[in-house]
Amino acid sequence: MAETSLPKSRTADRPPRASGSRILRLFQRSESARGYLMMGPTLAIMTFGIVVPFVILLVISLWTRQGFGFDTTLTLNNYIRSWNEPIYGSLMLRSFWMSGVATVATVLLCYPMAYFVAFHVHRNKMLWIILMTLPFWTSYLLRVFAWKVILGYEGVINSGLMSVGLIEAPLSFLLYSPTAVIITLAHAWAAFAILPLYVSLEKIDRSLLEAATDLGDGPMARFFRVTLPLSMPGVIAASFLIFIPTTGDYITPALLGGPDGAMIGNLIQLQFGAVNNWPMGATLSIVLMFWIAALALVFLLVTRKVQGRIT
Amino acid sequence: MSSYIKRPNRALQLYAVLFLIVLYVPVLFIPLFSFNDSIYVRFPLQGFTLQWYGELWTREPVWNALWNSVKVGLVVSVISTVLGVMAARAITRTRMRGKGALVTFIMMPLVIPGIIFGVALLVLLSRMGVPLSLYTVGLGHLIICLPFAVATLLPRFEGFDPSMEEASADLGENGWWTFWRVTFPMVLPGIVASLLLTFTISFDEFIMAFFLTGTDPTLPMYIWGQLRFPKEFPSVLAMAALILFVSFALVFVAQWIGRKGLEDQE
Amino acid sequence: MTPSDRFISIRNVSKRFGAFTAIEEVSMDIAQGEFFSLLGASGCGKTTLLRMLAGFESTSNGEIFIDDQPMSDVPPHHRPVNMVFQSYAIFPHLNVRDNIAYGLRKQKLTAARRAEMVEEMLDLIKLPGYGSRKANELSGGQRQRIALARALILRPKVLLLDEPLGALDKQLREQMQLELRALQRQVGITFVFVTHDQEEALTLSDRIAVMSGGKVLQVDTPAGLYEAPRTRAVASFIGNMNFFHGTVRRNGSAMAAIEAEGLGTIPMATAQLTKPDGAPVHIGLRPEKFSLSPTRPEAGLAVEGRLRTAAYMGERSQYYLSIPGKAEPVAVSAPNTDRRMGADDLPEGQALWLSWSPEAIVILDTD
Repeated sequence: MAETSLPKSRTADRPPRASGSRILRLFQRSESARGYLMMGPTLAIMTFGIVVPFVILLVISLWTRQGFGFDTTLTLNNYIRSWNEPIYGSLMLRSFWMSGVATVATVLLCYPMAYFVAFHVHRNKMLWIILMTLPFWTSYLLRVFAWKVILGYEGVINSGLMSVGLIEAPLSFLLYSPTAVIITLAHAWAAFAILPLYVSLEKIDRSLLEAATDLGDGPMARFFRVTLPLSMPGVIAASFLIFIPTTGDYITPALLGGPDGAMIGNLIQLQFGAVNNWPMGATLSIVLMFWIAALALVFLLVTRKVQGRIT
Repeated sequence: MSSYIKRPNRALQLYAVLFLIVLYVPVLFIPLFSFNDSIYVRFPLQGFTLQWYGELWTREPVWNALWNSVKVGLVVSVISTVLGVMAARAITRTRMRGKGALVTFIMMPLVIPGIIFGVALLVLLSRMGVPLSLYTVGLGHLIICLPFAVATLLPRFEGFDPSMEEASADLGENGWWTFWRVTFPMVLPGIVASLLLTFTISFDEFIMAFFLTGTDPTLPMYIWGQLRFPKEFPSVLAMAALILFVSFALVFVAQWIGRKGLEDQE
Repeated sequence: MTPSDRFISIRNVSKRFGAFTAIEEVSMDIAQGEFFSLLGASGCGKTTLLRMLAGFESTSNGEIFIDDQPMSDVPPHHRPVNMVFQSYAIFPHLNVRDNIAYGLRKQKLTAARRAEMVEEMLDLIKLPGYGSRKANELSGGQRQRIALARALILRPKVLLLDEPLGALDKQLREQMQLELRALQRQVGITFVFVTHDQEEALTLSDRIAVMSGGKVLQVDTPAGLYEAPRTRAVASFIGNMNFFHGTVRRNGSAMAAIEAEGLGTIPMATAQLTKPDGAPVHIGLRPEKFSLSPTRPEAGLAVEGRLRTAAYMGERSQYYLSIPGKAEPVAVSAPNTDRRMGADDLPEGQALWLSWSPEAIVILDTD
């Protein structure tokens, strides 16, 4: 066979160039250095935004308010007050309870929906996902206000029921109560539940379900023994994504909580507003974070034990 | 695929429809009452009017607030996406020591209530003597948007065969050219998603903005201010309805483009 | 220009990842224009070594030279080396033509010249006219050829191939092996080929380096590795081998023999045996070096055994016989020179004589 030569290439015979400077060569040798360099700006911002403020928050929580300034002697007074005075404790407890109920409600209500899209929608899954998340492109404030409108004394439910003649006088328990806050929170944060639940359900290998059927499980058993345990990561993620932000929410309680539905977020906000006791506000924030972390840990441990029992 | 597993389930279908209705109805009240000829938001409806939209046109503070939110949103989305790309690339492509801790650290804002960040940043900035303004709001937004950007881009980079970039280097392209010719086109959907997501988060964000705003309000801040005045309220509803329409339209256009792109490929 | 015997020179190269040593003190020289294979099981370090040649991994110790130039400070995009990746790494967002022409960007060529070069490559890889196809639509074998073309169009001094045929089915793989060999002969470029499939290495290579646990066990031609493996590890990795313990028997410089388990005393040429009398030794005999007959052969070394199992494998049959004095059965491979339908007609327990010649014995280093 005749010798086939490759197309002539001009760079083939040039000697290979080593990289320029010493520093550049160091980066070529060390992958770790390259990685950290690339993450540099991100790390810088996150450090500035997370670490530094928290350190300062911690420091301020140990100070005391004095007129318009601060008495900078370090003291644990604020923490002691937050432990002793009942209002702080009870408000925090109530906040966790309300967030917890909202989380459970949201996850329970959204699970079937996520299940439906993952298992029973065969075309245009994307469309359904968009449909489910589209409402959340509107302003959070206005969605909360929409519920105020719905539940209010002269709101949609009452005026609607009255104009149809089902009730004589407006129902007053709908608004300005913990229930109103819980309903609104559940509705407002539903998207944050649906997406993680959907993703974890979608990832389940369908052949596992077929295997379970083959081995004798009916649809119910299959769901509890295979689908549910495998979707647990999604359930956990969804729970965290809803529980944690809602504990600190103050908009919803402010607009529709009334005195009974106030949450710890309102109190913290007040410390930085009307009450002007920044140290106390910082203390409450840190205490809130501490309890969230503790609850999260307990939750993770419990789910792990439960998973161990099921499987 | 066995059709046994996928038998249609009537109860679930019904549930899905009900769910969507409950999801949308509160949201749809906004445009509904924006056309209502009454300053009170209640039934029965009083008649159709476009006056609130007309008033909106003349109301300058509304447009200022909107423009502020757009400005902040654009800057925050671009910066967080660029940084997110760099971070995602570093995380998936390089063997760094302490990578796990690093990722956890970056994702922390996702698991801490926004109010705490708002408060902490406020304290920091006031101790530093920095006045509150749109820049401070932007900084706060950047901190909570970065984790979302990284979380959106990370799966894209992970699902991307690293030998593509190595092949490009092998064929003579340095880091910069490899990025533009190979990496960027392949993670583009992730970049678009990150831009949209971070813009939306920043645009709608209220909790931190509340603590960090100076004299120029963002749109949510402005709306909060207006909630006390029932007379102003329908115009606010009109604005919200407009934003709703625009978002819907944007999403459908994006979907349509995405589908056309897929068709072209086939 | 005379082709260099040390075109690629790997000298005392080691690679560590944290506490794990992937490659330890490896040295080898690869000649220009050679088809050289790195053969070993998964995890032996062959891919790491290849990646170090390409520049994707730095060396922890040692130096790599290509065409007498040190490569330690040269990044991958400046090396005169191109690689065909295991996953082919074909760019999905570019069509076939743009994939092949990808590396030509830096050379200031006219569009016409570039198109001409691409067409030449397409002819070379036997996919003429495929230029505008979307890369994603092609089959595995086609994408592999595109990866080849994409690398070869740049006229590298060395082409590295990372298990390129692993994803193909058997028929296609054998066809591609022949095409690859022919292609290498045509273009004359040095190929460094990584594989875990010893048959593939034996078919394609001029020389093979057998690696295990990050070290090189032996570098030799295919025949050298098969017929004269130096250690047990190499002997058992390539092909099948029967191993026998033995003791050296010497009588001054006149006679030398090995007393092997089960085989009796085998006279050996003194040149082959350098060990002293009484020293332990391992020897090996390939299954195909034995002959089987129902009666004792008239001359030559032979031993009687009993048939344990027989396996029919189409072109040959594999028999396992136990012989007195040896615990494991001896594997014997015989071509099926006459047609047989159905099961073997040799019953279990059948007595058969095995015979072999002393030249077929391989003496292995006791390792």
